Amino acid sequence: MALEHAATAPGRSEALRASRGAPEVSIRCKGLRKTYEDGVVAVDGLDLEVRRGECFGLLGPNGAGKTTTVEILEGLLEPSGGEVEILGRRWETDERWLRERIGVSLQETHLPDKLTVRETLELFRSFFVEGRDIDATIDLVALREKEHAKFDTLSGGQRQRLAVACALVGDPTLLFLDEPTTGLDPQSRRMLWDVVLAFKEQGGSVLLTTHYMDEAERLCDRVGVIDHGKTIAVGTPKELIDSLGGSQIVEIEVARPPAEEAARDALAASLARLPGVVSSRFHGGRFVLTVDQLHVALPAVLEALRARNLELANLSTHRATLEDVFVTLTGRALRE
Amino acid sequence: MSDVERRARMRAIVQLALARFRIFYREPGSMFWTFGFPLVLSIVLGIAFRDRDPEPVVVAVEVAAEDARARAEHAREILARSDDVKVKVMSPEEASAALRTGKVSLVVTPSTDGYAYRWDPTRPESRLARSVTDDVLQRGEGRQDAYEPTSSIVTEPGSRYIDFLVPGLVGLGLMSTGLWGIGFALAEMRTKKLIKRLVATPMRRSDFLLSFLLVRALLLPVELAPLLAFAWLVFDVGVRGSFLTLGITALVGALTFAVMGLFFACRADNPHVVSGLINIVSFPMYLCSGVFFSSSRFPDAVQPIIGLLPLTALNDALRATMIDGAGLADVAGKLGVCATWGIVCFVLAIRLFKWR
Ligand SMILES: Nc1ncnc2c1ncn2[C@@H]1O[C@H](COP(=O)(O)OP(=O)(O)OP(=O)(O)O)[C@@H](O)[C@H]1O
Ligand SMILES: [Mg+2]
Repeated sequence: MALEHAATAPGRSEALRASRGAPEVSIRCKGLRKTYEDGVVAVDGLDLEVRRGECFGLLGPNGAGKTTTVEILEGLLEPSGGEVEILGRRWETDERWLRERIGVSLQETHLPDKLTVRETLELFRSFFVEGRDIDATIDLVALREKEHAKFDTLSGGQRQRLAVACALVGDPTLLFLDEPTTGLDPQSRRMLWDVVLAFKEQGGSVLLTTHYMDEAERLCDRVGVIDHGKTIAVGTPKELIDSLGGSQIVEIEVARPPAEEAARDALAASLARLPGVVSSRFHGGRFVLTVDQLHVALPAVLEALRARNLELANLSTHRATLEDVFVTLTGRALRE
Repeated sequence: MSDVERRARMRAIVQLALARFRIFYREPGSMFWTFGFPLVLSIVLGIAFRDRDPEPVVVAVEVAAEDARARAEHAREILARSDDVKVKVMSPEEASAALRTGKVSLVVTPSTDGYAYRWDPTRPESRLARSVTDDVLQRGEGRQDAYEPTSSIVTEPGSRYIDFLVPGLVGLGLMSTGLWGIGFALAEMRTKKLIKRLVATPMRRSDFLLSFLLVRALLLPVELAPLLAFAWLVFDVGVRGSFLTLGITALVGALTFAVMGLFFACRADNPHVVSGLINIVSFPMYLCSGVFFSSSRFPDAVQPIIGLLPLTALNDALRATMIDGAGLADVAGKLGVCATWGIVCFVLAIRLFKWR
């Protein structure tokens, strides 16, 4: 039983190989730039470092340049400038070596309609000199029931899981996942999270992009927030949240907020000076306060509103998340 | 390359080819265009142009005025006695309408000292009717023949339309499966980002392209056998030359058009662009390359160009093999023309192919 387990446990060999003599940094890029033919600057001097054994999350709104960045790192797009080093090597000189060692799931790929799950995996497996066992991979992404179903009969979530399976079947040391869980139901998402966590446990490194904060907080050791093709913050989810200076967010809607922007800003500024409040902004029709001591701040805020004769329409509080970090950094929500 | 790598590479080629096979036979449309369509075409055309017993010419005898009715009846009687003529009596209006619409090929009008004929010399059947009718009427009215001719009748397999048609259909089939089958499949793969996804693996690009040609070559016998067997059983169209020569000729043609399919799809981002390109290129060849009628019907001035088209060369080689029993050496020149297209397109396709 123990033997059998060892035989089917995926990724073991590659993980061992990876820990021996592999560089400490899986991905390093400096000053990465990409200008498309039509003049769109998608990536604009981006720096990034993903360490071995780490799961790094790229966060950013639509069009921030995540996919472009990832595809450059995957060696699928030519950068217009900057340096890229993957597993200590370069695409120009070591493409074959690198291809054997990375796993890729693109943001959108339509696998062949008429091939079954198993046939598709066999096809992808055949390209790698060493790789995982097909059956183990099918079980890993829980597609056993659909083993002989053709791609065009799979649901969106099943297709996505097959795409991730295709990325894993070559037993990579570095995994690129571009929005692996977009559009999936909670159960499928959690299943894919487990796959990623297991991969990481075996020593693999992961670069993933996502729009989901809970996903980033759950999976990623570090995240990078990018906007307009630049990294605007990097750190562990906790560090980024702590950088807000307060652990709670208070959102206040008043019945008749001041009409002029100047008056609103002045009000926001005076709220920020209250005890327990770290910062305050007017955003999306309400005042958003970052607060480090909720029990001190809340009475003071209510008192201040009453003093100005502002009627409270709604008040809510939540623990600060990466979403708040993002809004604070960019003034925009992550999912528009 | 180490042994392990070589084995891995074999596995990749086998898997790529297997995938192509599966995609092919699980798509009912591609099955029909490859196997069904040539059969249907040969049935339809074979029936339309099958060799019939010579049909009688259809002639009207016109009654212009009541007093001419007796003469008209007389002419009808003479003509009706001949097996070669089918005759009706009509009023002038009816006769003119029937002539105009091709229901009759000639109108006979009794005149003072004989008969007048009304007919359209640009219509072959009218010309035939003119000569047959004249012959029958003259003889019926008492002309003596100078001598009694003897004739022997020949309808030999090899000289019929269907003998001409079948090799043309084989060539046409090779062209369409090559161009459409491969060009379209590739463009679709690119639209679906599948090529990009494959390129993200260690797959060798040459293996990928090779798999298309390999599958094309392997499917060739399966594709040709039904059409040839059908033509042989139903129309008695045989193969005079050796099957080896025929096989090699068909293989050169299949690979040439497969490579041209690769070429047309080497950059296109969507299948519409590819189908446009393929239509532009294949339409002139449908017409000029001697599929349905001989390319020699076109003016001499364009013959050199037509002769250089890959489908013309292929059809000529196929006909030479199937009808005239030509050997490999005899068709080598034609095959060379065809293969040159293949090689040029291959080099261009490799150079220009958009992988990402
Ligand atoms: N092939 C292309 N040609 C021209 N512009 C492009 C191309 N691909 C992307 N862009 C542009 O580059 C910018 C970045 O796109 P990218 O796909 O990298 O964003 P993203 O962060 O992945 O967005 P999303 O969250 O929507 O996937 C966008 O403005 C996009 O319009
Ligand atoms: Mg994207």
